[in-house]
Amino acid sequence: MDKKICTYICTGCGIGEALDIEELSGVVTGEMSQECKTHACLCGTEGRAFLENEKSAEGVNTFTICACSPRVMQSEFDMGDDTITVRANLREQVIWTAGTAEEGQEDTHKEYLQETGSDYVRMACTRASKTEMPEAYEMESMNKDILVMGGGIAGMTAAIEASKAGSKVTIIEKADVLGGKANGWLKQFPMAYPFAELEENSIASMIAEAEADSNITIKTATEVARIGGAPGAFLVTLKAAGTKSEWDAPAKVGVDEQDLIEKGEMEDPNDGLQAYGVANEAADNFGAVVLATGWIPADVSEYEHLGYGSNDKVVTNAEFEVMAKTGKLDGLNRVAFVMSPGGEEHDEDFPYANSVTSMVALKQAKYIRESNPDSQAFILYQHMRTPGNMELFYKGVQQDDGIFMTKASVTGVEGGTVHAKDTLLGEDLDLTVDLVVLAAGMVPTTKDNDTINLAYRQGPAFLDLDLFDGYADSHFICFPYETRRTGIYACGGVRKAMNMQETMDDATGAALKAIQAIESADHGVSVHPRSGDKTYPEFFMQRCTQCKRCTEECPFGALDDDEKGTPLPNPSRCRRCGTCMGACPERIIGFKDYNVDLIGSMIKAIEVPEEDDDKLRILIFACENDAYPALDMAGMRKHKLNHMIRFIPVRCLGSVNMAWIRDALSAGLDGAMLLGCKYGDDYQCHFVKGSEIANKRMENIGDTLSTLGLEPERVRSESVAITDYDTVAGLVNDFVDEIVELGPNPFKGF
Amino acid sequence: MTDEQGTSGAILVVGGGISGLTAALEAAEVGNDVFLVEKNAYFGGRVAQLNQYFPKLCPPSCGLEINFKRIKDNRRIRTYTMTSVTAVSGGPGNYEVTLETTPRYVNSNCTACGECADACPDEMDNEFNFGMNKSKAAYLPHEMAFPRRYVINKDALSDAGAEAVKASCKYGAVDLDMATESKTINVSSIIWATGWTPYDPTKMDNLKFNESDAIVTNMMIERMAAPGGPTDGKILRPGDNKEPESFGFVQCAGSRDENHLEFCSYICCMATFKQMTYIRERYPEAKIYVFYIDLRTPGKYEKFREKLMKDENSTFIKGKVAEIIPESDGSVTVVAENAVTGEKIKQNVDMAVLATGMQPSLAANGTPVTLDTDPSGFVNSNPETGILSAGCACRAADVVTSNQSATAAALKAIQVSRRS
Repeated sequence: MDKKICTYICTGCGIGEALDIEELSGVVTGEMSQECKTHACLCGTEGRAFLENEKSAEGVNTFTICACSPRVMQSEFDMGDDTITVRANLREQVIWTAGTAEEGQEDTHKEYLQETGSDYVRMACTRASKTEMPEAYEMESMNKDILVMGGGIAGMTAAIEASKAGSKVTIIEKADVLGGKANGWLKQFPMAYPFAELEENSIASMIAEAEADSNITIKTATEVARIGGAPGAFLVTLKAAGTKSEWDAPAKVGVDEQDLIEKGEMEDPNDGLQAYGVANEAADNFGAVVLATGWIPADVSEYEHLGYGSNDKVVTNAEFEVMAKTGKLDGLNRVAFVMSPGGEEHDEDFPYANSVTSMVALKQAKYIRESNPDSQAFILYQHMRTPGNMELFYKGVQQDDGIFMTKASVTGVEGGTVHAKDTLLGEDLDLTVDLVVLAAGMVPTTKDNDTINLAYRQGPAFLDLDLFDGYADSHFICFPYETRRTGIYACGGVRKAMNMQETMDDATGAALKAIQAIESADHGVSVHPRSGDKTYPEFFMQRCTQCKRCTEECPFGALDDDEKGTPLPNPSRCRRCGTCMGACPERIIGFKDYNVDLIGSMIKAIEVPEEDDDKLRILIFACENDAYPALDMAGMRKHKLNHMIRFIPVRCLGSVNMAWIRDALSAGLDGAMLLGCKYGDDYQCHFVKGSEIANKRMENIGDTLSTLGLEPERVRSESVAITDYDTVAGLVNDFVDEIVELGPNPFKGF
Repeated sequence: MTDEQGTSGAILVVGGGISGLTAALEAAEVGNDVFLVEKNAYFGGRVAQLNQYFPKLCPPSCGLEINFKRIKDNRRIRTYTMTSVTAVSGGPGNYEVTLETTPRYVNSNCTACGECADACPDEMDNEFNFGMNKSKAAYLPHEMAFPRRYVINKDALSDAGAEAVKASCKYGAVDLDMATESKTINVSSIIWATGWTPYDPTKMDNLKFNESDAIVTNMMIERMAAPGGPTDGKILRPGDNKEPESFGFVQCAGSRDENHLEFCSYICCMATFKQMTYIRERYPEAKIYVFYIDLRTPGKYEKFREKLMKDENSTFIKGKVAEIIPESDGSVTVVAENAVTGEKIKQNVDMAVLATGMQPSLAANGTPVTLDTDPSGFVNSNPETGILSAGCACRAADVVTSNQSATAAALKAIQVSRRS
C-alpha cells in the first residue's frame, strides 16, 4: 500500500490551551517532514466528518491522531480496513498528568510540557511512517473437523454440540464402548428444579444420540499417539488403545540433554520414536482438539487410619457405585460415608474432591435407603458441599429419616467401627456399620500422563499442570478456556471435578472454542486475547543464528524447529504477544505494525537535550493491557507524572527486546523501566509468561550495563495492576528521582 | 418493521456483565452478529463493582479491559447501554424484540473531558458505591466505565445545574431534551445474562441492617476496598468512619433459607475469605469472627481457605447467626449458637458483614417479558426455542463457572442461527 500520511492535532479537551499547537505542528512539518492539520474537536461529529473527508477527498490512508488515549474513541478514529491509525496520547499522558505549575515556575512548566507533547508527536509520526498494513496469514491447508479425545459425558457433549453447529467431529475413546465413567452409575444427580430426586442414568440415550449423528465419527479402542501441526491443520496419529507406536509423542529433550545424548552420556528417551518434527503421511487432519479424557478414582490407601486396603469393610465411593449398579447392596443395613480424611488434624475433604464427592455421598446414601427400607446411612462430613441448586437436593436428602448426617472428625476405622469426634451430637461417636465408604476424589488423567501427546518442540504435555494439581485447567478467571496450547480446549473431569450439569456446560463451551479457533485460523487472525489481530510474527531467517531463544520462550509453544534449530513458526498457534520478538538477539522477528525497528525508531525520535539535570529522559515501556490503562486512569485522576518520563505502550513486556534498552541508553536517555503485570504463581499476565520472562531478561541487562560502566540502577522492572492508578504515578516518579540522584547518563552527547 | 437490520441469525444478549460480555464476544468471534444490551450506563455489571476476584486476588477490571478491547475491535457486536428489552414476539430463529433506551442526556460528541461533572453543582447518592458517597448529577459511573461517556441524571439536576452543565460543555454533548427511544430488532435467539442482585438485607428482620451503620453487606466491603471506591480503599465504619478493630462475618445471610433464598449462593464463603485478606492488609491485628453453616470452598478454593484459616486473629464458628443487636457505642453484638459445642455466643464487633445471597436480578426486579423461570427466578435455558440463559441468570455460580456457561450459551445460540 502506498501510504499517504497526515497528522491531526486535536485542540479539544484543553490540549489547545495547555500546549503551543503551532509549535507542535512545526515539529510534524519540520523535523518529521509530514503534513499536519489541527482541529478543535476531532472526535465530535464535525471532526469525524473532517477526517472522513481527508480520506475521501485527500486520499489520506495513514492517520496520526494526536489527541486522547488510544484506549478511547477507538471507533471514532477507525477510518476503515484500508487505513492505518496511529495515536499520540496528548490528553491523558501529557496535559492531564502535568500537574500545576509552582509559583514563579510557570514558564519552565510550560516548556517541559511542550517538550513532552513534542516527543509524543515525534514518536507517533515515526510510528505512522514505520507501520505497514497487516495482511492476514494464509494457511497452506485448512481442515475444519474437530477431534474429541474421550467418549464420556464431556466428550460426547462436545461432539454433539459441535455437530449441531454444523461441524464434523471424530470422537476417540480408549475403551471399547462410549460412555466413560457414567456407564457405571446407577443413577445421576438431579438436573432441573426442584432438584429433589435422583434421575435415571441417561448415558444410554446420549450414546445413542452420538452414534446416530451423521456428523460424528466414533473410534473406540483408540488413542492418540501424537498430535502435531497447528489449529486448522493438526496432524493426528491415532493408534489402537494400549499399544506402542513409533509415532508416540516424544519426550522433550532440551539443548543440554541433547548434548549428553550425543556424547553418549545419557540414554535417548525417544529411542525408537519418530522425531517430533517428522510428519506422519498417514496421520489424520483436524482443525481443533477437545480434550475430554476425564478422571480416574483417587487412591486413598495412604490414609492408614481409615483402613482402605487392609480392612475389607472399607471401600471407595467409586467401588460402592459399582456395587450399587451391579445389585450388590443386599445385606448392608448400616453404611457410613466418610467425607474428610484429616481426623483432628484438618477439615479438608479428600484431595481432588471438589464438591462432587459431597453430592456422591448423598446420592449413595439414597441407594442404600432405596435398596432396603430398614437400612440406615450415616454421612460424616466436615463441610457439606452442595453449592447452588444442589442445596435443594441436600435438603431433600435431609428429609429422609434413615439418613443421619453430622459434622465429624473421623479419627479412625477399626473393623466395622468408625470413630469420630467434634460431632453435632455433643459427644464422640463410635459407629458400628456394615460398610464404610470413603469419598475419594477424581484425579485428572493429565496428572500422571501427558495425555494430549503433542509433538511440539516444547514437549508433549500441557504446561503448568503443577499449578493446578495436575488438572488441565486455566489460570484465568475471566477466560476459563485459555491455556498455553492454542486450539486445544479441555473440559470436564480433566479440568476440574465437576457434576454432570457443569460438565455439559463446560463441554459445550469447549466445542465453541474449538469452532472459534478453526474460524480464526481460517481467517488468519489471532484468537484471545488479541482476537482478530491480523498481524503475525515474521522472521528474517537468513540472519537466524539458531540460538533457540524464541522457540524456548514462546509461552504458547508456537515455534517448532528443524534439526539445526532454525525456528519453524506455526502462526495459527501464535497469540501475537511478541515474546519471540523480545527474545531474539538478532532482531529478526517482527510484526507489520510492531517490530524492533519501529519501536527502536520511536525511541530515537525522542529528543535528548544536552546535559541538563532538569531535562533527563526516562523511558518507560508499559504493558498495554494493564499498566497503560492504569496510567490513563492516573491521568483521569490528575496525578502528576514527572515531566522527564516518556511512555511507549507494548503488547506485552515479553515483547520488549533488550536492544531497545541498550539503544535508549546509548542514545543518551538516562533510565528505562518496564511496567507490566504481576508474575509468579498468581500471574496476571494475559500472555502467561511475558512479564516473568521480561523480568529475567532485565536481570541480565543489569550485568551488561555494568560492563559498559553504567549503573544497573538505571534500568528496572516493576509489576503493576490495572487498579494501581493511584500509586503508579508515585512508583514511576520515585524511579525518576533515583535516576536524578545518579545524574545524567554519561553517554549523553556521544 | 425492523429499524436495525442484523444479518440473519443475529443473537441478542441481554445484560452486559461478565457473562453477557463473554457470551456476546465468544459468539461474535466465531462470526455471528450480536446485539448486546445493558440497562446500566456502563458494561461490566456486578463484577465491575468488585475489588478483587478470589482466589487469585486479581482485579476484575483487568479482564474487563481485555473484553472491552475485544468489543472495540469487533464490528459484529453492536452495543447499547441504558437499554432494556420491553417486548419479544415471533419464534425460534425469528424473534422480533423491542428495545427501549432511556436518555443519557449526553450525546456522542462527549469527549469524556469531565468538565460537566466539575461544573455541576448538584449531587446525588452514588449508586455504584451503594450510596456510601455522593456523585455529581453529571457523572462517569466509575473510573473504568466503558463506554467512557458521561451520564446526566436529570432528576437530580436543578435548573441552575442544568444551565451549568450545558454551559460547561464546549462540544455540544449535553442534550437535556433527549427522549426515551424505542427500536425493534430481529434476532434468531436471545441469551438472558441478566445476572444477580445482592439479596435485600432489610428483608431479614433479625439482622437489623437498617438499624446500625456497623452492619454492612459484603458488596459494600468490595466498594470500600476498591481503590476508586467511596473511601479510597479504606475499610471504615459508615457514619463515624471508625477503623474497625473487630469484624463479624455473617454467612448465608438470606441463602440456604426457605424464607429467603432456598439455594446456596455458591460464592459467599470464598468472598468472605477474600475479604479477610482485604482486612488483613489494612488491619493486621483486627479480630475476625466468621459464623457459618458449612464452609463451601471446594476444589481449588480449598488451599485459599486453608491459608486464611491459619490466621491467628480469626475465629470460625459453625453456627447460623440468630440475631444482631445494635449497641449504643456504635458496635453490634452478633448472637449465634456454636453447633459443635452447643455454646451460646454473643460476640461484640465493630463491624458486621452480611454475606448476602445472590438473587437472580429478574426475580428481584421482575421480568420484562414472560420467561420460563424456576421458582427462585432463574431462567431455564431452552435450546429448542432459542431462549437461553447464561451465568447467574441461569444459576448461582462463580465467575469461572459463569463464563463456562456463557460460552456454552453462545454455542447454543449459534446452533439456532445456523439451523434457521
